[in-house]
Amino acid sequence: MTKTNFNIPLSGDRSMPIEGFDTSLHLKHAADQAKARGFDRFPIIDVDSHHYETESFSEILEYLDDPVLQQLAKTASASRHGAFGMLPGNIGYQDMGGRVARYPLRQLEKTGPEAHRDITLTKRWMDALAVDIAILFPTPMLNLGLHPQIEIEVALSRAYNRWLTEKILPNDPRLRSMLYLPFNDPQATYEMAKEFAGKPGVLGFMVTATRNRAVHNDAYMKTYAFLEEAGLPLGFHASYNWNDQTMAMMNKFLSVHALGFAISNMVHLTNWVINALPVRFPKLKVIWIESGLAWIPFLMQRLDHEYYMRKSEVPSLTRPPSDYMREMFYTSQPMERPNDIRELEQTFRMINAPTQLMYSSDYPHWDFDVPSVIYDLPFLSEEDKRAILGGNAARVFNIDIKEKLAKSI
Amino acid sequence: MTEVFVAKTGEMASGDRRIVSHAGVEVGVFYWEDTYYAYSNICLHQGGPACEGLLMHQVQDVLRPDRSFKQQKFSETEINFVCPWHGYEYDLKTGRVVADPARRLKSFPVHIRDGNVHVDIN
Ligand code: FES
Repeated sequence: MTKTNFNIPLSGDRSMPIEGFDTSLHLKHAADQAKARGFDRFPIIDVDSHHYETESFSEILEYLDDPVLQQLAKTASASRHGAFGMLPGNIGYQDMGGRVARYPLRQLEKTGPEAHRDITLTKRWMDALAVDIAILFPTPMLNLGLHPQIEIEVALSRAYNRWLTEKILPNDPRLRSMLYLPFNDPQATYEMAKEFAGKPGVLGFMVTATRNRAVHNDAYMKTYAFLEEAGLPLGFHASYNWNDQTMAMMNKFLSVHALGFAISNMVHLTNWVINALPVRFPKLKVIWIESGLAWIPFLMQRLDHEYYMRKSEVPSLTRPPSDYMREMFYTSQPMERPNDIRELEQTFRMINAPTQLMYSSDYPHWDFDVPSVIYDLPFLSEEDKRAILGGNAARVFNIDIKEKLAKSI
Repeated sequence: MTEVFVAKTGEMASGDRRIVSHAGVEVGVFYWEDTYYAYSNICLHQGGPACEGLLMHQVQDVLRPDRSFKQQKFSETEINFVCPWHGYEYDLKTGRVVADPARRLKSFPVHIRDGNVHVDIN
Protein backbone atom coordinates (compact mmCIF):
# COMPACT_ATOMS: atom_id res chain seq x y z
CA MET A 1 0.00 0.00 0.00
CA THR A 2 1.24 3.50 -0.81
CA LYS A 3 2.09 5.70 2.16
CA THR A 4 1.52 9.45 2.13
CA ASN A 5 4.48 10.82 4.02
CA PHE A 6 7.88 9.95 5.41
CA ASN A 7 10.20 11.71 7.79
CA ILE A 8 13.84 11.19 6.86
CA PRO A 9 16.07 11.44 9.93
CA LEU A 10 19.00 13.81 9.28
CA SER A 11 22.17 14.88 11.05
CA GLY A 12 22.00 17.31 13.95
CA ASP A 13 18.66 16.13 15.31
CA ARG A 14 16.92 17.42 12.23
CA SER A 15 14.54 15.55 10.00
CA MET A 16 13.00 16.16 6.61
CA PRO A 17 9.32 15.50 6.13
CA ILE A 18 8.53 14.32 2.60
CA GLU A 19 5.06 14.06 1.19
CA GLY A 20 5.57 12.35 -2.10
CA PHE A 21 7.94 10.88 -4.60
CA ASP A 22 7.75 10.82 -8.37
CA THR A 23 10.28 8.86 -10.41
CA SER A 24 9.69 11.07 -13.46
CA LEU A 25 10.60 14.19 -11.48
CA HIS A 26 13.52 12.46 -9.77
CA LEU A 27 14.92 11.58 -13.20
CA LYS A 28 13.96 14.75 -15.05
CA HIS A 29 17.59 15.57 -15.72
CA ALA A 30 18.04 12.17 -17.36
CA ALA A 31 15.12 12.98 -19.66
CA ASP A 32 16.73 16.36 -20.41
CA GLN A 33 19.97 14.56 -21.28
CA ALA A 34 18.07 12.19 -23.56
CA LYS A 35 16.52 15.11 -25.45
CA ALA A 36 19.77 17.05 -25.70
CA ARG A 37 21.63 14.04 -27.07
CA GLY A 38 18.92 12.83 -29.42
CA PHE A 39 18.34 9.45 -27.83
CA ASP A 40 15.16 9.23 -29.91
CA ARG A 41 17.34 8.42 -32.93
CA PHE A 42 18.32 4.88 -31.87
CA PRO A 43 17.18 2.13 -29.53
CA ILE A 44 18.50 1.78 -26.00
CA ILE A 45 18.36 -1.63 -24.37
CA ASP A 46 19.14 -1.90 -20.68
CA VAL A 47 20.57 -5.34 -19.94
CA ASP A 48 20.57 -5.07 -16.13
CA SER A 49 17.87 -3.28 -14.22
CA HIS A 50 15.88 -4.18 -11.16
CA HIS A 51 12.56 -4.28 -9.50
CA TYR A 52 11.69 -4.96 -5.87
CA GLU A 53 9.94 -8.28 -6.16
CA THR A 54 9.39 -8.43 -2.41
CA GLU A 55 6.87 -5.59 -2.80
CA SER A 56 4.79 -8.19 -4.65
CA PHE A 57 5.76 -11.03 -2.34
CA SER A 58 2.22 -11.97 -1.38
CA GLU A 59 1.43 -12.40 -5.10
CA ILE A 60 4.56 -14.48 -5.65
CA LEU A 61 3.73 -16.77 -2.75
CA GLU A 62 0.47 -17.67 -4.50
CA TYR A 63 2.61 -19.42 -7.12
CA LEU A 64 4.27 -21.77 -4.62
CA ASP A 65 3.22 -25.36 -5.33
CA ASP A 66 4.02 -26.82 -1.93
CA PRO A 67 1.04 -25.98 0.34
CA VAL A 68 3.02 -26.47 3.53
CA LEU A 69 5.81 -24.19 2.38
CA GLN A 70 3.24 -21.70 1.16
CA GLN A 71 1.50 -21.57 4.54
CA LEU A 72 4.87 -21.24 6.27
CA ALA A 73 5.91 -18.43 3.94
CA LYS A 74 2.65 -16.54 4.25
CA THR A 75 2.75 -16.48 8.04
CA ALA A 76 6.47 -15.68 8.14
CA SER A 77 5.99 -12.77 5.75
CA ALA A 78 2.87 -11.45 7.42
CA SER A 79 4.23 -11.50 10.93
CA ARG A 80 7.65 -10.12 10.05
CA HIS A 81 6.73 -7.67 7.29
CA GLY A 82 7.57 -8.43 3.69
CA ALA A 83 9.83 -11.29 2.79
CA PHE A 84 11.76 -11.55 6.03
CA GLY A 85 11.99 -15.06 7.32
CA MET A 86 12.06 -16.51 3.82
CA LEU A 87 15.00 -14.80 2.16
CA PRO A 88 18.59 -14.79 3.38
CA GLY A 89 19.13 -11.46 5.09
CA ASN A 90 21.80 -9.16 3.80
CA ILE A 91 23.42 -6.52 5.92
CA GLY A 92 23.91 -3.40 3.87
CA TYR A 93 23.34 0.34 3.54
CA GLN A 94 22.46 0.84 -0.11
CA ASP A 95 20.54 4.02 0.71
CA MET A 96 23.61 5.66 2.31
CA GLY A 97 21.81 6.82 5.41
CA GLY A 98 18.92 8.14 3.34
CA ARG A 99 21.19 10.23 1.12
CA VAL A 100 19.98 8.20 -1.85
CA ALA A 101 16.45 9.06 -0.89
CA ARG A 102 14.57 7.05 -3.51
CA TYR A 103 15.08 3.98 -1.31
CA PRO A 104 12.91 5.13 1.58
CA LEU A 105 10.68 7.32 -0.60
CA ARG A 106 9.56 4.81 -3.23
CA GLN A 107 6.81 3.74 -0.87
CA LEU A 108 5.27 7.22 -1.35
CA GLU A 109 5.03 7.02 -5.12
CA LYS A 110 1.49 6.89 -6.44
CA THR A 111 0.44 4.59 -9.26
CA GLY A 112 -2.93 4.09 -10.87
CA PRO A 113 -5.02 1.00 -11.49
CA GLU A 114 -4.19 0.82 -15.21
CA ALA A 115 -1.28 -1.58 -14.77
CA HIS A 116 0.59 -3.54 -12.11
CA ARG A 117 2.50 -1.10 -9.89
CA ASP A 118 5.72 -2.90 -10.80
CA ILE A 119 5.14 -2.19 -14.49
CA THR A 120 4.14 1.43 -13.97
CA LEU A 121 7.16 2.25 -11.82
CA THR A 122 9.53 0.46 -14.17
CA LYS A 123 8.24 2.26 -17.24
CA ARG A 124 8.54 5.63 -15.51
CA TRP A 125 12.29 5.30 -15.12
CA MET A 126 12.64 3.67 -18.55
CA ASP A 127 10.93 6.61 -20.22
CA ALA A 128 13.09 9.10 -18.34
CA LEU A 129 16.29 7.30 -19.36
CA ALA A 130 14.97 6.78 -22.93
CA VAL A 131 15.35 3.03 -22.41
CA ASP A 132 13.18 1.12 -24.87
CA ILE A 133 13.58 -2.38 -23.52
CA ALA A 134 14.77 -3.37 -20.05
CA ILE A 135 15.88 -6.72 -18.74
CA LEU A 136 14.55 -6.87 -15.20
CA PHE A 137 16.15 -8.75 -12.35
CA PRO A 138 14.98 -9.17 -8.76
CA THR A 139 16.59 -7.37 -5.82
CA PRO A 140 16.42 -9.23 -2.46
CA MET A 141 16.32 -12.55 -4.30
CA LEU A 142 19.80 -11.87 -5.67
CA ASN A 143 20.97 -13.49 -2.46
CA LEU A 144 18.64 -16.48 -2.61
CA GLY A 145 21.61 -18.62 -3.65
CA LEU A 146 22.85 -18.27 -0.07
CA HIS A 147 19.74 -19.91 1.34
CA PRO A 148 20.79 -22.94 3.36
CA GLN A 149 17.65 -24.81 2.28
CA ILE A 150 18.20 -25.71 -1.35
CA GLU A 151 14.57 -26.72 -1.80
CA ILE A 152 13.50 -23.20 -0.83
CA GLU A 153 15.73 -21.66 -3.47
CA VAL A 154 14.10 -23.97 -6.01
CA ALA A 155 10.53 -23.34 -4.84
CA LEU A 156 10.82 -19.57 -4.43
CA SER A 157 12.65 -19.02 -7.70
CA ARG A 158 10.07 -21.07 -9.58
CA ALA A 159 7.25 -19.10 -7.94
CA TYR A 160 9.03 -15.85 -8.88
CA ASN A 161 9.58 -17.02 -12.45
CA ARG A 162 5.94 -18.02 -12.78
CA TRP A 163 4.73 -14.71 -11.33
CA LEU A 164 7.06 -12.76 -13.61
CA THR A 165 6.11 -14.64 -16.77
CA GLU A 166 2.38 -14.62 -16.02
CA LYS A 167 1.73 -11.29 -14.28
CA ILE A 168 4.40 -8.90 -15.50
CA LEU A 169 6.21 -9.75 -18.73
CA PRO A 170 3.19 -10.65 -20.89
CA ASN A 171 1.60 -7.30 -20.07
CA ASP A 172 4.29 -5.13 -21.57
CA PRO A 173 6.66 -6.03 -24.40
CA ARG A 174 9.20 -3.46 -23.21
CA LEU A 175 9.87 -5.56 -20.12
CA ARG A 176 12.00 -8.68 -20.47
CA SER A 177 14.05 -10.91 -18.21
CA MET A 178 16.71 -13.55 -17.93
CA LEU A 179 15.05 -15.88 -15.49
CA TYR A 180 16.48 -17.03 -12.19
CA LEU A 181 18.12 -20.47 -12.19
CA PRO A 182 18.18 -22.30 -8.82
CA PHE A 183 21.82 -23.16 -9.33
CA ASN A 184 22.32 -24.94 -6.01
CA ASP A 185 20.22 -27.78 -7.46
CA PRO A 186 21.63 -28.72 -10.89
CA GLN A 187 18.68 -30.91 -11.86
CA ALA A 188 16.17 -28.21 -10.90
CA THR A 189 18.30 -25.72 -12.84
CA TYR A 190 17.98 -27.85 -15.93
CA GLU A 191 14.24 -28.33 -15.47
CA MET A 192 13.72 -24.60 -14.87
CA ALA A 193 15.50 -23.73 -18.10
CA LYS A 194 13.47 -26.28 -20.06
CA GLU A 195 10.17 -25.19 -18.49
CA PHE A 196 10.54 -21.46 -19.06
CA ALA A 197 12.51 -21.23 -22.31
CA GLY A 198 10.27 -19.67 -24.92
CA LYS A 199 7.85 -18.02 -22.50
CA PRO A 200 6.97 -14.43 -23.41
CA GLY A 201 9.68 -11.98 -22.46
CA VAL A 202 12.23 -14.65 -21.50
CA LEU A 203 15.49 -13.70 -23.20
CA GLY A 204 17.78 -16.10 -21.36
CA PHE A 205 18.64 -17.28 -17.87
CA MET A 206 20.59 -15.88 -14.96
CA VAL A 207 22.66 -17.33 -12.14
CA THR A 208 23.14 -15.17 -9.06
CA ALA A 209 26.87 -15.15 -8.44
CA THR A 210 26.88 -15.05 -4.64
CA ARG A 211 26.85 -18.75 -3.92
CA ASN A 212 29.34 -21.51 -3.29
CA ARG A 213 28.88 -23.68 -6.34
CA ALA A 214 31.48 -24.33 -9.02
CA VAL A 215 30.21 -23.57 -12.51
CA HIS A 216 32.32 -26.35 -14.01
CA ASN A 217 30.56 -29.11 -12.07
CA ASP A 218 29.58 -31.83 -14.53
CA ALA A 219 26.00 -31.71 -13.31
CA TYR A 220 25.52 -28.40 -15.15
CA MET A 221 26.65 -29.58 -18.57
CA LYS A 222 23.21 -30.55 -19.77
CA THR A 223 21.88 -27.10 -18.85
CA TYR A 224 24.68 -25.40 -20.77
CA ALA A 225 24.08 -27.71 -23.73
CA PHE A 226 20.38 -26.93 -23.66
CA LEU A 227 20.93 -23.16 -23.54
CA GLU A 228 23.53 -23.33 -26.27
CA GLU A 229 21.18 -25.33 -28.47
CA ALA A 230 18.27 -22.98 -27.74
CA GLY A 231 20.40 -19.91 -28.47
CA LEU A 232 19.59 -18.46 -25.04
CA PRO A 233 22.31 -16.46 -23.24
CA LEU A 234 23.43 -17.35 -19.72
CA GLY A 235 24.18 -14.45 -17.38
CA PHE A 236 26.01 -14.40 -14.06
CA HIS A 237 24.68 -11.55 -11.92
CA ALA A 238 27.10 -10.33 -9.28
CA SER A 239 26.26 -9.26 -5.75
CA TYR A 240 28.02 -9.21 -2.39
CA ASN A 241 27.85 -11.40 0.67
CA TRP A 242 29.13 -9.71 3.80
CA ASN A 243 28.94 -13.03 5.64
CA ASP A 244 31.52 -14.56 3.35
CA GLN A 245 34.68 -15.09 5.41
CA THR A 246 36.84 -12.90 3.19
CA MET A 247 34.24 -10.13 3.03
CA ALA A 248 33.66 -10.35 6.77
CA MET A 249 37.13 -8.95 7.35
CA MET A 250 35.95 -5.63 5.94
CA ASN A 251 34.04 -3.14 8.07
CA LYS A 252 32.63 -0.72 5.52
CA PHE A 253 29.86 -1.19 3.02
CA LEU A 254 32.05 0.64 0.48
CA SER A 255 34.75 -2.03 0.78
CA VAL A 256 32.38 -4.98 0.64
CA HIS A 257 30.40 -3.56 -2.26
CA ALA A 258 33.49 -2.58 -4.27
CA LEU A 259 35.15 -5.97 -3.94
CA GLY A 260 32.15 -8.26 -3.54
CA PHE A 261 30.54 -7.43 -6.88
CA ALA A 262 33.80 -8.06 -8.69
CA ILE A 263 35.05 -11.11 -6.80
CA SER A 264 31.83 -13.07 -7.06
CA ASN A 265 32.06 -13.02 -10.84
CA MET A 266 35.85 -13.29 -10.99
CA VAL A 267 35.68 -16.69 -9.31
CA HIS A 268 33.01 -17.99 -11.67
CA LEU A 269 34.66 -16.59 -14.78
CA THR A 270 37.99 -18.10 -13.78
CA ASN A 271 36.39 -21.50 -13.37
CA TRP A 272 34.49 -21.04 -16.60
CA VAL A 273 37.56 -20.34 -18.70
CA ILE A 274 40.13 -22.50 -16.96
CA ASN A 275 37.85 -25.52 -17.22
CA ALA A 276 37.53 -24.88 -20.94
CA LEU A 277 33.79 -24.31 -20.96
CA PRO A 278 34.17 -21.85 -23.86
CA VAL A 279 35.74 -24.70 -25.81
CA ARG A 280 33.07 -27.20 -24.77
CA PHE A 281 30.17 -24.80 -25.45
CA PRO A 282 31.51 -22.51 -28.14
CA LYS A 283 28.12 -21.13 -29.15
CA LEU A 284 26.80 -20.48 -25.64
CA LYS A 285 26.63 -16.73 -25.06
CA VAL A 286 27.86 -15.91 -21.57
CA ILE A 287 27.30 -12.51 -19.96
CA TRP A 288 29.00 -11.13 -16.83
CA ILE A 289 26.59 -8.76 -15.17
CA GLU A 290 27.06 -5.88 -12.70
CA SER A 291 30.70 -6.26 -11.86
CA GLY A 292 31.80 -3.06 -13.57
CA LEU A 293 34.71 -3.27 -16.00
CA ALA A 294 38.00 -2.59 -14.20
CA TRP A 295 38.35 -6.19 -13.02
CA ILE A 296 38.44 -7.62 -16.55
CA PRO A 297 41.89 -6.32 -17.64
CA PHE A 298 43.24 -7.42 -14.26
CA LEU A 299 41.88 -10.94 -14.62
CA MET A 300 42.97 -11.23 -18.26
CA GLN A 301 46.53 -10.42 -17.30
CA ARG A 302 46.59 -12.69 -14.25
CA LEU A 303 45.18 -15.70 -16.05
CA ASP A 304 47.31 -15.24 -19.16
CA HIS A 305 50.42 -14.90 -17.01
CA GLU A 306 49.86 -18.28 -15.39
CA TYR A 307 48.53 -19.92 -18.55
CA TYR A 308 51.83 -19.68 -20.39
CA MET A 309 53.68 -21.39 -17.53
CA ARG A 310 51.10 -23.95 -16.47
CA LYS A 311 49.67 -25.00 -19.85
CA SER A 312 49.71 -28.64 -18.73
CA GLU A 313 46.84 -27.89 -16.33
CA VAL A 314 44.63 -26.62 -19.12
CA PRO A 315 45.23 -28.84 -22.12
CA SER A 316 41.84 -28.07 -23.65
CA LEU A 317 42.59 -24.38 -23.97
CA THR A 318 44.20 -23.60 -27.29
CA ARG A 319 44.46 -19.89 -26.69
CA PRO A 320 45.27 -17.69 -23.69
CA PRO A 321 42.33 -17.08 -21.32
CA SER A 322 42.03 -13.44 -22.34
CA ASP A 323 41.15 -14.52 -25.87
CA TYR A 324 38.11 -16.41 -24.59
CA MET A 325 37.24 -13.55 -22.28
CA ARG A 326 37.21 -11.18 -25.23
CA GLU A 327 34.51 -13.32 -26.81
CA MET A 328 32.24 -13.12 -23.77
CA PHE A 329 29.81 -10.31 -23.06
CA TYR A 330 29.80 -7.75 -20.28
CA THR A 331 27.27 -5.28 -18.95
CA SER A 332 28.59 -1.78 -18.37
CA GLN A 333 27.35 -0.73 -14.94
CA PRO A 334 28.82 0.28 -12.53
CA MET A 335 31.24 1.72 -15.05
CA GLU A 336 34.30 2.96 -13.19
CA ARG A 337 35.24 6.47 -14.22
CA PRO A 338 38.99 6.89 -13.66
CA ASN A 339 40.39 10.41 -13.50
CA ASP A 340 42.59 9.50 -16.43
CA ILE A 341 40.10 8.58 -19.16
CA ARG A 342 42.80 6.66 -21.02
CA GLU A 343 42.51 3.89 -18.44
CA LEU A 344 38.88 3.37 -19.39
CA GLU A 345 39.70 3.57 -23.07
CA GLN A 346 42.27 0.83 -22.58
CA THR A 347 39.67 -1.34 -20.85
CA PHE A 348 37.24 -0.83 -23.73
CA ARG A 349 39.94 -1.85 -26.15
CA MET A 350 40.90 -4.94 -24.13
CA ILE A 351 37.35 -6.29 -24.03
CA ASN A 352 36.40 -5.39 -27.61
CA ALA A 353 33.72 -3.14 -26.20
CA PRO A 354 32.19 -2.14 -29.53
CA THR A 355 30.92 -5.70 -29.96
CA GLN A 356 31.02 -7.24 -26.46
CA LEU A 357 29.81 -4.52 -24.11
CA MET A 358 26.13 -3.89 -23.37
CA TYR A 359 24.77 -0.86 -21.57
CA SER A 360 23.05 -1.45 -18.25
CA SER A 361 21.58 1.06 -15.83
CA ASP A 362 21.02 -1.02 -12.68
CA TYR A 363 18.24 1.43 -11.91
CA PRO A 364 16.86 1.97 -9.29
CA HIS A 365 19.87 0.88 -7.28
CA TRP A 366 22.15 3.45 -5.66
CA ASP A 367 24.98 3.32 -8.20
CA PHE A 368 22.90 3.33 -11.39
CA ASP A 369 24.28 4.68 -14.67
CA VAL A 370 22.35 6.89 -17.09
CA PRO A 371 22.88 6.22 -20.83
CA SER A 372 24.96 9.40 -21.17
CA VAL A 373 27.85 7.74 -19.31
CA ILE A 374 28.35 5.74 -22.50
CA TYR A 375 27.18 8.34 -24.99
CA ASP A 376 29.49 11.07 -23.67
CA LEU A 377 32.67 8.99 -23.81
CA PRO A 378 35.07 10.97 -25.99
CA PHE A 379 36.88 7.97 -27.47
CA LEU A 380 33.84 6.18 -28.95
CA SER A 381 32.46 6.69 -32.43
CA GLU A 382 28.74 7.34 -32.85
CA GLU A 383 28.40 3.84 -34.28
CA ASP A 384 30.11 2.26 -31.27
CA LYS A 385 28.01 4.27 -28.84
CA ARG A 386 24.83 3.01 -30.46
CA ALA A 387 26.12 -0.55 -30.48
CA ILE A 388 26.89 -0.47 -26.76
CA LEU A 389 23.65 1.29 -25.87
CA GLY A 390 21.42 -1.09 -27.78
CA GLY A 391 22.77 -2.72 -30.93
CA ASN A 392 24.87 -5.35 -29.18
CA ALA A 393 21.99 -6.40 -26.94
CA ALA A 394 19.64 -6.61 -29.91
CA ARG A 395 22.10 -8.95 -31.59
CA VAL A 396 22.92 -11.07 -28.52
CA PHE A 397 19.27 -11.50 -27.49
CA ASN A 398 17.74 -11.56 -30.98
CA ILE A 399 15.59 -8.55 -30.23
CA ASP A 400 13.81 -7.12 -33.21
CA ILE A 401 13.33 -3.45 -32.42
CA LYS A 402 12.17 -1.27 -35.27
CA GLU A 403 10.99 1.88 -33.55
CA LYS A 404 11.71 3.90 -30.47
CA LEU A 405 9.46 2.67 -27.67
CA ALA A 406 10.45 4.98 -24.83
CA LYS A 407 8.14 7.92 -24.39
CA SER A 408 9.86 11.21 -23.74
CA ILE A 409 8.51 13.07 -20.72
CA MET B 1 22.88 38.72 -16.05
CA THR B 2 19.23 38.10 -15.18
CA GLU B 3 17.80 38.56 -11.71
CA VAL B 4 15.42 35.77 -10.82
CA PHE B 5 13.08 36.00 -7.84
CA VAL B 6 13.68 33.30 -5.22
CA ALA B 7 11.54 34.18 -2.17
CA LYS B 8 10.56 36.97 0.13
CA THR B 9 13.04 37.57 2.94
CA GLY B 10 12.02 35.71 6.04
CA GLU B 11 10.11 33.17 3.97
CA MET B 12 12.85 30.57 4.00
CA ALA B 13 13.85 28.96 7.28
CA SER B 14 17.39 27.75 7.90
CA GLY B 15 17.77 24.54 5.90
CA ASP B 16 15.19 25.48 3.26
CA ARG B 17 16.03 25.61 -0.43
CA ARG B 18 14.34 26.69 -3.63
CA ILE B 19 15.04 25.54 -7.15
CA VAL B 20 14.66 28.33 -9.69
CA SER B 21 15.37 28.33 -13.39
CA HIS B 22 15.82 30.76 -16.20
CA ALA B 23 16.48 30.08 -19.87
CA GLY B 24 17.25 26.44 -19.17
CA VAL B 25 19.63 27.13 -16.27
CA GLU B 26 18.54 25.50 -13.00
CA VAL B 27 19.86 26.91 -9.76
CA GLY B 28 19.43 25.67 -6.20
CA VAL B 29 19.26 28.46 -3.60
CA PHE B 30 19.86 27.41 0.01
CA TYR B 31 19.28 29.39 3.17
CA TRP B 32 21.44 28.19 6.04
CA GLU B 33 22.22 30.03 9.29
CA ASP B 34 21.46 33.54 8.01
CA THR B 35 23.21 33.15 4.66
CA TYR B 36 22.00 32.35 1.14
CA TYR B 37 24.03 30.13 -1.19
CA ALA B 38 23.21 29.41 -4.84
CA TYR B 39 24.65 26.70 -7.09
CA SER B 40 24.00 25.00 -10.40
CA ASN B 41 21.54 22.16 -9.97
CA ILE B 42 23.45 19.93 -12.40
CA CYS B 43 25.59 17.41 -10.55
CA LEU B 44 29.18 17.07 -11.71
CA HIS B 45 28.85 13.29 -11.61
CA GLN B 46 26.08 12.23 -14.00
CA GLY B 47 24.03 15.41 -14.13
CA GLY B 48 21.54 14.64 -11.37
CA PRO B 49 19.66 17.35 -9.46
CA ALA B 50 22.55 18.09 -7.11
CA CYS B 51 20.71 20.69 -5.02
CA GLU B 52 17.57 18.68 -4.42
CA GLY B 53 18.85 16.16 -1.89
CA LEU B 54 19.36 16.07 1.84
CA LEU B 55 21.38 18.53 3.90
CA MET B 56 23.71 16.45 6.02
CA HIS B 57 26.52 17.49 8.33
CA GLN B 58 29.95 16.21 7.42
CA VAL B 59 30.72 12.83 8.97
CA GLN B 60 33.98 12.75 10.93
CA ASP B 61 36.04 10.00 12.52
CA VAL B 62 36.82 10.33 16.22
CA LEU B 63 40.11 8.74 17.24
CA ARG B 64 41.38 8.14 20.75
CA PRO B 65 44.76 9.63 21.84
CA ASP B 66 46.44 6.34 20.92
CA ARG B 67 44.93 6.71 17.40
CA SER B 68 42.58 3.77 17.78
CA PHE B 69 39.09 4.30 16.41
CA LYS B 70 36.48 5.46 18.88
CA GLN B 71 33.42 6.36 16.81
CA GLN B 72 32.08 8.71 14.19
CA LYS B 73 30.25 11.98 14.67
CA PHE B 74 28.56 14.67 12.65
CA SER B 75 30.51 17.92 12.37
CA GLU B 76 28.82 20.86 14.10
CA THR B 77 29.88 23.37 11.48
CA GLU B 78 30.48 21.64 8.15
CA ILE B 79 27.27 21.00 6.27
CA ASN B 80 26.83 19.39 2.86
CA PHE B 81 24.05 19.01 0.38
CA VAL B 82 23.82 15.59 -1.18
CA CYS B 83 22.90 14.79 -4.76
CA PRO B 84 20.00 12.37 -4.53
CA TRP B 85 21.00 10.23 -7.51
CA HIS B 86 24.18 8.62 -6.11
CA GLY B 87 25.16 10.57 -3.03
CA TYR B 88 27.85 13.04 -4.16
CA GLU B 89 28.28 15.46 -1.26
CA TYR B 90 28.88 19.18 -1.85
CA ASP B 91 30.08 21.65 0.78
CA LEU B 92 27.15 24.01 1.21
CA LYS B 93 29.39 27.01 1.80
CA THR B 94 31.67 26.54 -1.23
CA GLY B 95 29.94 24.16 -3.64
CA ARG B 96 33.07 22.00 -3.68
CA VAL B 97 32.83 18.22 -4.04
CA VAL B 98 33.73 16.94 -0.58
CA ALA B 99 35.48 13.89 -2.02
CA ASP B 100 37.40 16.00 -4.57
CA PRO B 101 37.59 19.66 -3.52
CA ALA B 102 39.33 20.64 -6.76
CA ARG B 103 35.93 20.37 -8.41
CA ARG B 104 33.05 22.66 -7.57
CA LEU B 105 29.59 23.53 -8.76
CA LYS B 106 29.14 26.86 -10.48
CA SER B 107 27.89 29.37 -7.91
CA PHE B 108 25.56 32.33 -8.46
CA PRO B 109 25.33 35.67 -6.59
CA VAL B 110 22.31 36.18 -4.34
CA HIS B 111 20.94 39.69 -3.63
CA ILE B 112 18.39 40.91 -1.14
CA ARG B 113 16.52 44.02 -2.17
CA ASP B 114 13.17 45.49 -1.17
CA GLY B 115 12.38 42.48 0.96
CA ASN B 116 12.97 40.03 -1.87
CA VAL B 117 15.70 37.45 -2.44
CA HIS B 118 17.01 37.28 -6.00
CA VAL B 119 19.64 35.17 -7.68
CA ASP B 120 21.65 36.40 -10.67
CA ILE B 121 21.62 33.84 -13.44
CA ASN B 122 23.74 34.42 -16.50
S1 FES C 1 24.50 12.54 -10.53
FE1 FES C 1 24.82 13.44 -8.63
S2 FES C 1 25.71 11.91 -7.45
FE2 FES C 1 25.53 11.04 -9.41
